[in-house]
Amino acid sequence: MSGGTFLGMPPFPEAAAAAVRDTRLRGNLRHATGTIRAKRAQAVAELPDWARLRAAGAAIKDRTLRHLDHYLERLEEAVTAAGGTVHWAADAAEANRIVTELVRATGESEVVKVKSMATQEIGLNAALEAAGIRAYETDLAELIVQLGDDLPSHILVPAIHRNRGEIRDIFRSEMGSWGRPAPDGLSDEPAELAEAARLHLREKFLRARVGISGANFMVAETGTLVVVESEGNGRMCLTLPETLISVVGIEKVVPTWRDLEVFLQLLPRSSTAERMNPYTSMWTGAADAEGADGPRDFHLVLLDNGRTDALADTVGRQALRCIRCSACLNVCPVYERAGGHAYGSAYPGPIGAILTPQLRGTASGLDASLPYASSLCGACYEVCPVAIDIPQVLVHLRERVVEGGEATVRGRRTTVRPARGHAAERAAMRAARWVFEHPAALRAGQRLASRTRRLHPRRLPGPGRAWTASRELPEVPAESFRDWWRRERGDDGGGREARGEREARGERGGDR
Amino acid sequence: MRVALFVTCVTDTLYPGTGRAALAVLERLGVEVDFPLTQSCCGQPQFNTGYRRETEPLVRRFAEVFRGYDHVVTPSGSCAAMVRENHPRIAARAFGGGAAGTAAEAAGVASRTYELSEFLVDVLGVTDVGAYYPHTVTYHPTCHGLRTLGLGDRPRRLLENVRGLELVELPGAQECCGFGGTFAVKNAAVSAAMGSDKARGIESTGAQAVCAVDNSCLMHIGGILARRGSAVRPVHLAEILASTDAGTVVDGTAAEGTPANGTEEEAR
Ligand code: SF4
Repeated sequence: MSGGTFLGMPPFPEAAAAAVRDTRLRGNLRHATGTIRAKRAQAVAELPDWARLRAAGAAIKDRTLRHLDHYLERLEEAVTAAGGTVHWAADAAEANRIVTELVRATGESEVVKVKSMATQEIGLNAALEAAGIRAYETDLAELIVQLGDDLPSHILVPAIHRNRGEIRDIFRSEMGSWGRPAPDGLSDEPAELAEAARLHLREKFLRARVGISGANFMVAETGTLVVVESEGNGRMCLTLPETLISVVGIEKVVPTWRDLEVFLQLLPRSSTAERMNPYTSMWTGAADAEGADGPRDFHLVLLDNGRTDALADTVGRQALRCIRCSACLNVCPVYERAGGHAYGSAYPGPIGAILTPQLRGTASGLDASLPYASSLCGACYEVCPVAIDIPQVLVHLRERVVEGGEATVRGRRTTVRPARGHAAERAAMRAARWVFEHPAALRAGQRLASRTRRLHPRRLPGPGRAWTASRELPEVPAESFRDWWRRERGDDGGGREARGEREARGERGGDR
Repeated sequence: MRVALFVTCVTDTLYPGTGRAALAVLERLGVEVDFPLTQSCCGQPQFNTGYRRETEPLVRRFAEVFRGYDHVVTPSGSCAAMVRENHPRIAARAFGGGAAGTAAEAAGVASRTYELSEFLVDVLGVTDVGAYYPHTVTYHPTCHGLRTLGLGDRPRRLLENVRGLELVELPGAQECCGFGGTFAVKNAAVSAAMGSDKARGIESTGAQAVCAVDNSCLMHIGGILARRGSAVRPVHLAEILASTDAGTVVDGTAAEGTPANGTEEEAR
């Protein structure tokens, strides 16, 4: 009942092709992302200083990342001083082990959860279940995913791939086996669906003695954690249980309380297109006195799981600025058609395409295909509130896939081998480069193509089929531009060319 | 003012009419244009697929071929973006240190490289090039022109000043057409889905032609339109700007499959 798994998924193009054929999924996604896109643009346009806020957000994150060790130690001191306990987890397995042991120590076998990307990333629910502990998701969309034995497909709206009718069916058939069943005669009206979820969840909140959360931000100077949400379920999970365990990626730290000023403007407008999100919960350590509000026992599990590897990459590290607003997903034309599941991790869309191959490496077919899951249109970079140049990182990671090179893997500097299956492409790229370096050869090729143009097939075999399956081929003209120029403006061009060739050869020295 | 035309490998090989049109527009405006025959490709296909090392010699060649010119003009938003945005970075990484000269030269040439509409509007200060094109046209802003170069309304301003041309709005204009270089074959299903949606948007405008500043995107859009049996033809901005009431400058190539003069297709 812990939901499916992203393990063993096919490379992106295969999963995406299947999603493209799913017309209902495409309809759901187009509707949902189209609506939020327009609203975000409006919410952002309201702020005259958006560009400066964005630059400030990027700068704060960059500075923090450069001194990450320092700020994490300050955070640990502050959390500890406020009565909390800090744990360090190098990877998913260690984080899961720590959380499982902490829950076990309370003697409980149930926990309530605030929506959290970090716990999805490490597969915490499955790990808890294996230890006989049941985790209840309390975010509405996350609940839909959990009840539907499904996988999340969006950072902010994990069930974005479901429509109202599907949600009603899931509630009707599944709620009963998890707790309070759906009311009789439940319709697909949003208000009724929300009420059904509210009643179902209320029971869980009142009973739970352990809460598990992530955090949007951690303030180093005060040890304060921040969760930003819309439904109020987070507030319940963060305040009602006696024990609170927060699993947070190490890149979520910001130096000072004041830095929140920037991010609490950037985040809601980018993610839900709201000026301010309905609930912002902040807590510092544990409640000390009897009768004080909030959990009496607070544990912070700081998660690395590949983040320091990404940090070692001067181009790739900007992905760690991400505040998980999901604006890049909503605006991405590839995400809109491929859906979130094709990205094969908790992080779908453009951010997933640059984060997952850095956190997990590029060894699997899926992970090696992710940097190519983009037309490089740049819409993601344009909307990203912390100015992550996603296309730049994608191209950088493509280089790692096809050419290999130096990278940090599990903390060690390693030479990554080029991924398999790119030999033919590599040969073609080399050949193309050679031709482009030898304009005479280029001209010969163009002439050959022109002379044989009446013989060219309309549909290509092999890899070319990917083009002609859905598009006509352009007709090859009778004469290339350079041939036309030589014919029309002949002598001049020829003389110049000869001179240019000589120059180019002379300058290039030992190069082939 | 020494101006060179960087025609791009795609236009050179498949759409020579666009190159001749760009040349015609510039010469009509009194610009003396040179076409150094040692030019080839900006390296964008290699670089964007991850082959940075295969790109390096092409970056150096580009700088060598064009270093003697005041301006390099190209009828491609994405190639101009590749040169301006990426050549300096690639050159700095490859030729920094010992051969600092090449890196500096590449950066210098890159900064003098313009997409055609930028050159017309920003350098020549012209928005009316004296063109005549009596057709309904919709404009698709290609991604690298739109977002990397920030072309803004330059192409539109040029189109709005073409006599006889009726410009109609393209719904979802700013969304990518799905070409994306090797993306078109590596993720063919998603690329085709994006292209079909773009084609539907284009058809919904009732325009006779869809205009853009990139032949590679037009090749994809046009290929999809043709497969759908659509009558809308793809046409490069340069070819519209080159057309006058005396006829199109690129006559002859129009019949060779280049998106150009519409008169004969009008009959359809
Ligand atoms: S990459 Fe940028 S736009 Fe995408 S989720 Fe992260 S912060 Fe938001």
